[in-house]
Amino acid sequence: MSYVIEMLNIRKEFPGIVANDDVTLQVREREIHAILGENGAGKSTLMSILFGLYHADRGTIKVRGEEVHIHNPNDANDLGIGMVHQHFQLVQNFTVTENIILGKEGGFFLDRKSASKRIAALSAQYGLNIDPDMVIEDITVGMQQRVEILKMLYRDANILIFDEPTAVLTPQEIEDLMQIMRNLSKEGKSIILITHKLAEIKEVADRCTVIRRGKLVGVVDVADTSVATMASMMVGRPVSFKVDKKPAQRGRVILEVRDLNVLNNKRLLGVKQFSLSVKAGEIVGIAGVDGNGQSELIEAITGLRPIESGSVIVDGNEITHADIRRRNEIGIGHIPEDRQKRGLVMSSRLSDNVAIKEYYHRPFSKRGILDAAYLDEYAQSVVDRFDVRSGEGIHSLAGKLSGGNQQKLIVGREITGSSELLIAVQPTRGLDVGAIEYIHSQLVAHRDKGYAVLLVSFELDEIFNLSDRIAVMFGGQLVDVVKTDQTNEDEVGLMMAGISKKEAR
Amino acid sequence: MKKRPRTTESHAFLVAVSAVILGLIGGAVLMASIGSNPFLGFYYLFRGGLMNIERIGNTLATATTLMLVGLSVAFAFKTGLFNIGASGQMLIGGLCATLVAHKVFLPRPLFLVVLIGSALIGGALWGVIPGFLKARFNVHEVVATIMMNWIAYWSIYYFVPAYLKGPSLETESASIAVSQSLRSPWLTKLFNGSYINYGFFIAIVAVVLIRFVLDKTTLGFGLKAVGSNRFCAEYAGIKVNRNVIISMMIAGSLAGLAGLSFYTGYSRNMQIGVLPAQGFDGIAVALLGASNPLGVFFSSLFFGILQSGKGFMNAMTSVPPEIADSIIAVIIYFTATSVLFQRLWDRLFKYRRSRRSGEKEE
Repeated sequence: MSYVIEMLNIRKEFPGIVANDDVTLQVREREIHAILGENGAGKSTLMSILFGLYHADRGTIKVRGEEVHIHNPNDANDLGIGMVHQHFQLVQNFTVTENIILGKEGGFFLDRKSASKRIAALSAQYGLNIDPDMVIEDITVGMQQRVEILKMLYRDANILIFDEPTAVLTPQEIEDLMQIMRNLSKEGKSIILITHKLAEIKEVADRCTVIRRGKLVGVVDVADTSVATMASMMVGRPVSFKVDKKPAQRGRVILEVRDLNVLNNKRLLGVKQFSLSVKAGEIVGIAGVDGNGQSELIEAITGLRPIESGSVIVDGNEITHADIRRRNEIGIGHIPEDRQKRGLVMSSRLSDNVAIKEYYHRPFSKRGILDAAYLDEYAQSVVDRFDVRSGEGIHSLAGKLSGGNQQKLIVGREITGSSELLIAVQPTRGLDVGAIEYIHSQLVAHRDKGYAVLLVSFELDEIFNLSDRIAVMFGGQLVDVVKTDQTNEDEVGLMMAGISKKEAR
Repeated sequence: MKKRPRTTESHAFLVAVSAVILGLIGGAVLMASIGSNPFLGFYYLFRGGLMNIERIGNTLATATTLMLVGLSVAFAFKTGLFNIGASGQMLIGGLCATLVAHKVFLPRPLFLVVLIGSALIGGALWGVIPGFLKARFNVHEVVATIMMNWIAYWSIYYFVPAYLKGPSLETESASIAVSQSLRSPWLTKLFNGSYINYGFFIAIVAVVLIRFVLDKTTLGFGLKAVGSNRFCAEYAGIKVNRNVIISMMIAGSLAGLAGLSFYTGYSRNMQIGVLPAQGFDGIAVALLGASNPLGVFFSSLFFGILQSGKGFMNAMTSVPPEIADSIIAVIIYFTATSVLFQRLWDRLFKYRRSRRSGEKEE
């Protein structure tokens, strides 16, 4: 069997960390080859080396049996290697065609017409269903991803790297993508799929290379390997997919939202007449398709977005128009949706990030002077307790941490602040099973201490795993609230489409 | 909000030194290309800044203004703001101080307090307006501060002839009596009649104070959080807009102090129709100093030497003084591309480290 890509004994070191240690990857012609590993295991580094973004300290790369030196992405393109990045690289106000030919215009005059024709043909050949004349900002995220795929096909790539391609997609779009990947491999392309989602690997991949902490664990045939086996290979121990939790011991009402109306960024009502209460000792999950007012609701409760009308009461305190610091002091903890934008200061040390909500009062500071020793000590305790791994401990910059460790740091900060009400938005987005398991157990532990938890997630599994009650949102409104043990995924799924419980039955 | 301070600072220091060396080499090439001897040129350039106690005093006086402006720009930068308005803030701070120097008569210690206070307030006012516009209406501070520069410029144009006219010239204010200025007889005597004045001590106090505020206080913590990631700062409950205003106010008052040191210490009068170039040189000082107060201290001393030595170099050789400015320009280019040096040094350190660890293995 011949290999299209061989990366042999690759080693790559970053300050304080060995990202790849003697890793070997061999991809066969026309196969879908998954690379499985936790966040920070070194998958992305390995692919960045293949794509010419990094250079290996040691090891060789062969393409179709010939040793090559890939210095930059252009070299990779010339070898027929293309990459769909996790974050799309598209010009928002250009058309699909313009985006695809960008950098490959050829000649002085733009020949949009023939380019557009060729793109339409490619789209039809691989079942991508893309109109070349649409403008990027008008099409869905799933379609944008297919434009990225077209971009590679247009450049005659026949080895396609997908970096966490499903992180941004809805369940239906994921289905479509899987089909597209199968089509691509049928048409003779070889695919490398970087992911930590086991279900996707099981569904689409032929073989799977598992990496843990920079080292190769093994290569398996997906068809003969169970999901549980792959998970334990990835994490290094058996993993439980179900969260262990006792029935909720409900206490007094902590969060009370009444008739809330909130404007969205388009100055329209993003949240309409929304009422909900969350009691101490329970987890209430908000289910819904992304964009149905969840972000606006959470921003209104946490003070990031003004409230038009209605009220928010936390632990007996009316905070409808209170500033954010007051809300923090009352005891709202918030694991934000976008951890890189909101959750952390990437260019700051972990110790500063841990203290960012509380630095201004004792014992973090006295009379306006910071207590550096206490800051470090406190950060160290959070880092130890939540197992945040980094190159240089509490002095590492937050931006140098892997996504999972960044999230653990945020969760640690918010839970250690002993929040009466913990709001967790997509707390495990983009994380691997090990980190998901850990964060889930922490959220349940927080509940068991008698605090209230409000969870927002777009993943039904997560909602069902964690929530004691499920509130379904659609079009900015509350469809209904149901007890988790009295409903099922189908019913909630229908409610997410706006069909109320009565109609659903 | 800092990395491990020692590594970062030593890193920035290496970058700055590399930029300075390359800048000097660039200057040498320029001198050679016009047929002058670069070694002789540099000899006189540095001799001009440092050859005797009087020249050293003048160098320090020149560096004083640059230090305060550099500090102003650096401080704003830490909060994510670009203060292009140091010139205007200098003018207004200087104007307020000049007014006090001419019109207020008090016992010397009290007088100095009022004098310094007036410059602080003038500069702070000129900084706080763009800060407010940014916070309230999201007007970009670069635009607002440039506008404020010209408002200050034309205000001086009106004010000085109207209220502070000198006996002979229409275009500049009357000279401030030494006893009403920042100069002091013992300092002047110590430095053989140079321009050095109390401004130098004010600048050093400012360096220490700003370093303390940025590194050790909750105020600095909040300001830096806003500067590094305003979305996270907002989420954490830090009032972003208030911090923007505070930052511009402090930056403005530092530039106001620069105006104080220049107009009531270095020159003792104000000319109309001049937007002080130090306001822009300060950006270079802050850049070379990596926006770090200590870095600003050293980079302003270095630029002070170049500024005050270039005249002497021109007098003694055929090298025009513009060469000194060109050296500064080259240094700025290299500092601005400091990421290249960072990579170079990183690679060098890594190479050494890997060699060392390799030896250990054996």
